[in-house]
Amino acid sequence: MIKKGLLYSETHEWVKHDGDISFIGISDYAQDTLGAVVFVDLPNVGATFKKDDIFGAVESVKAASDLYAPVSFKILEVNEALVDTPELLNTNPYDNWILKVTLLNDKELENLLTDDAYEACCK
Amino acid sequence: MHKYLPHTKENIEAMLKVIGAASMDELFSQIPQSLKLSKPYQIPSQMSDYVLTKHMQSLANLNQQFIVFRGAGSYDHYMPSAINSITSREEFLTSYTPYQPEVSQGTLHYIFEYQSMICELTGMDVSNASMYDGATATAEAMFMAYAQTKKNKILVSSTLNPHVIEVVLTYAKYRNIEVILVPSKHGVTDKDFINTHILDTMGLIVSTPNYYGIIEDYDGISNIVHQNQGLFIVNQEGQSLALFKNAKDYDADIACGELQSLGIPMSFGGPYLGYLATKSEYVRKMPGRICGMTTDVDGKQAFVLTLQAREQHIRRAKANSNICSNQSLLALSVTIYLSLLGKQGFVNIAKDQLNKAHYLYNKLLQTKLFEEAFNQMFFNEFVLKPKFDTNHLESFLVKNNILGPLTIKDNLLLFAVTEKRSIAEINQLVEMVVAYHESL
Amino acid sequence: MKAYDTFIFNLSSKGRIGYNFDHETLDEVEIPSHLKRSSIANLPEASELDVVRHYTNVSQKNFGLENGFYPLGSCTMKYNPKINDELANLSGFTQTHPLQPSSTTQGLLRIYDELQNMLAEITGMHAYSLNPFAGAHGELTGLMIIKAYHQKRKDNKRHIIIIPDSAHGTNPASASVCGFDVVEIKSNNDGTVNLDALKEVLNDEIAGLMLTNPNTAGVFEKDILTISKLVHAAGGLLYYDGANLNALLGQVKPGDMGFDITHLNLHKTFSTPHGGGGPGSGPVGVCKSLIEFLPTPFVKKENNIYVWVKPKDTIGSIGSFYGNTLVYLRAYVYILSLGKENLNDVGAFSVLNANYIQTSLKDVFELPIDQFAMHEFVFDGLKDQSTGVKTLDIAKRLLDYGYHAPTIYFPLIFHQSMMIEPTESESKETLDSFIDIMRKVAKESIDSPELVKTAPHHTVVRRLDEVKAVRHPILKFSDIK
Repeated sequence: MIKKGLLYSETHEWVKHDGDISFIGISDYAQDTLGAVVFVDLPNVGATFKKDDIFGAVESVKAASDLYAPVSFKILEVNEALVDTPELLNTNPYDNWILKVTLLNDKELENLLTDDAYEACCK
Repeated sequence: MHKYLPHTKENIEAMLKVIGAASMDELFSQIPQSLKLSKPYQIPSQMSDYVLTKHMQSLANLNQQFIVFRGAGSYDHYMPSAINSITSREEFLTSYTPYQPEVSQGTLHYIFEYQSMICELTGMDVSNASMYDGATATAEAMFMAYAQTKKNKILVSSTLNPHVIEVVLTYAKYRNIEVILVPSKHGVTDKDFINTHILDTMGLIVSTPNYYGIIEDYDGISNIVHQNQGLFIVNQEGQSLALFKNAKDYDADIACGELQSLGIPMSFGGPYLGYLATKSEYVRKMPGRICGMTTDVDGKQAFVLTLQAREQHIRRAKANSNICSNQSLLALSVTIYLSLLGKQGFVNIAKDQLNKAHYLYNKLLQTKLFEEAFNQMFFNEFVLKPKFDTNHLESFLVKNNILGPLTIKDNLLLFAVTEKRSIAEINQLVEMVVAYHESL
Repeated sequence: MKAYDTFIFNLSSKGRIGYNFDHETLDEVEIPSHLKRSSIANLPEASELDVVRHYTNVSQKNFGLENGFYPLGSCTMKYNPKINDELANLSGFTQTHPLQPSSTTQGLLRIYDELQNMLAEITGMHAYSLNPFAGAHGELTGLMIIKAYHQKRKDNKRHIIIIPDSAHGTNPASASVCGFDVVEIKSNNDGTVNLDALKEVLNDEIAGLMLTNPNTAGVFEKDILTISKLVHAAGGLLYYDGANLNALLGQVKPGDMGFDITHLNLHKTFSTPHGGGGPGSGPVGVCKSLIEFLPTPFVKKENNIYVWVKPKDTIGSIGSFYGNTLVYLRAYVYILSLGKENLNDVGAFSVLNANYIQTSLKDVFELPIDQFAMHEFVFDGLKDQSTGVKTLDIAKRLLDYGYHAPTIYFPLIFHQSMMIEPTESESKETLDSFIDIMRKVAKESIDSPELVKTAPHHTVVRRLDEVKAVRHPILKFSDIK
């Protein structure tokens, strides 16, 4: 299931851009491929990452997937709920964001995939 | 025909027929002709079991077995018979790694008990299923600190066993980690140096007992390391865990060390096993296999290898460590040994060694042939400074079937005394040393 | 197999012991309070019978090689001869201290020297170090040698190791731990190296290429001589992961294929027991120009006696002493037991056995690589996938019939991988029984799929909750509430 209105990266992260604040998470395709999520390795609040940097990881029993920054950002908040209940990413990967950030370079959004383009790429 | 190769001519014919190949050679047809071996290996001819037994016995007889007063990383302890008896059970000896947990509950069960005992001994929250040896376990502890802090400098006390230091240096070199050795003062780690050099490092590795057998006091060290956001790693040999302060008592983050002394024969250096244990917060940085308890589909208690997403077969290039095997069967030996000794027995056997080592120490000093090197508390190993030429001491003792002390740097002699040494044997060593001196 | 849930800690009774102590009395030494342990370690207190009975019962929950067939691909679960264990346990080996003067350990040093020479002969290398403790450890050692070699040549640009995507996870992990960057190249459909993909990545930043041959899908890299030329022309070294050497015993030497460094798995190819996960042994072999980089110490025969030497440009020490001695003693006995007359046949029989199973079952299981196999081969699940029975289910159902499952979900290039390696130890009768059971399970997968999907049914525990194990870790006895 692809959620409309979001921008996607080829590595299955999504970005919701809302003025000064943006949210970052993983797509339904990602959580489905991973299986039951057992752990989310979250970065620290205040940290900055450049586009394509690895900012964390999501683990299931049989797999571990790195999270790649779809754009450059600085972290305002991390979703603390994922520490105790990592399976929220399976339940609803779109409502349960991973990071709340400010973007460092809005132009990078142009390089991301629209929901249709991402859907095509997932096939 | 050979007893390990069951195929008869009839078997081969029948099987080739099913496969649809004219000969076994045809099965290898993808191999370029130029590579195929044209002659048999230039190795010895096959030996029958009896000839092989005689051959190995004669080779075994070329190795001398001693009354051992040498330690330095390998210790002569008594192996209770039950250990061999249980570890040679085929279900334990020949089974594979427990990746199919339903048929490996035996292995997983003892690994769980092993992990539990290591946590009891060290005071840490979680232990893995064992490492190759104490030295590589220490190097892996360094990698944990590196993964946690991302700093590429580490302080290592020079009072660690030199073999352990060498392995740590080798591992560090290839991963571009700078090792700064902390000098020693009066036989123990120089704490002032730690204070002035801890900045921007991933942490500190120390050991107790140290190479000289001295029990070092690390009170206050963890504060210095933690204030600098580093990890404090304590390398501690197995038997000493019975009596002396452990990693938890020193508020360390990682405990590691050699466990050969807990139920494994000296075996010319291997196989041994190392332990690695840590606080809960670092469990995901810990390499090696980990066994956990869970339930099965019927709600029954079951064990399984867990937290595998850290390991090489999943993380591949991104794993913190490449380790695959553990020393499973040796972990079983340790678990049985500790179970047989038990809570009080473990303390008693350590006290026995402590008393015997000090008895030897005092007797040697009484001969007036030695000087104290350091005035420090020791466990079952100690050093003394000889006041005579010791060049031929080792060979003299060897002729009398004693493996004497090891000569280490600054011409110090490193003695070890385990529970196996009787008072008579200790007295005999002293007599032999005196006799040697008289022969000079 | 019998269920048994008791912990040794539950068998405790205060004051009980399982060990007889001497009663020689000596003066008690006082431990200063600032050095004393804060609290006693809570170990069990049990009689010797309690301990022995406990671990005997624990052992009954395990399936060992002597219980039945273990067709684990890539593991080479061949028979572990009992004479190996008996002779490795002679007290002249077990009761020797590693730091005894070498004049008192000539028997052991002679075995070390002879074994490393025999391994060199078998694999076409010049010398071996027996020091690495396991295959992964051997890989790390070999990679350190590669790095040291380039550093000595002052060629510091070479920071990349090439690894096929079909490789075992330890390969890229070892390369990373050794400070290399890893470039994975896509394999062909049969897991072999894609020459075009390889040519694309070869340049003067390549330190080496790691390969196993046959590869992890059991296919021989027939272009190996070309690969060797290409890598060497680019200035890199060729590394052989010896996990699959069993197929090549008596057929080909890795040295002849152009490999500069190898590691072996004695617990695979050379029959030493797996021990439930270790100890193994991973000796590293090198060509002539790399001998001086071997780890220290190393045994040499000089003037008819055996001595320890430190190779001139050694990478350093990779373990406290000399590797897993009692393990490589077993390998030594194994090689002498087979001798030059029989070791040559091992590869051929292992390949015969693998092909026999492959041909007999390819009508019910999907065979992605339909050609003569080497010592192992891969099925990609059932041919008939209509009932949704997966490789995992088949593996679990086999447990009910008294077989250890094959290796599953590896290599990663096939989605329903089931890798089968019978080894040369197994007779035709054993293979026939296995083939029958596999056909039975394949039929059950169509006729009564739920039975297979919910297997196993006859093991002491079934389908463990691995998610719970990670989410709520219970990693020691005192964690249990």
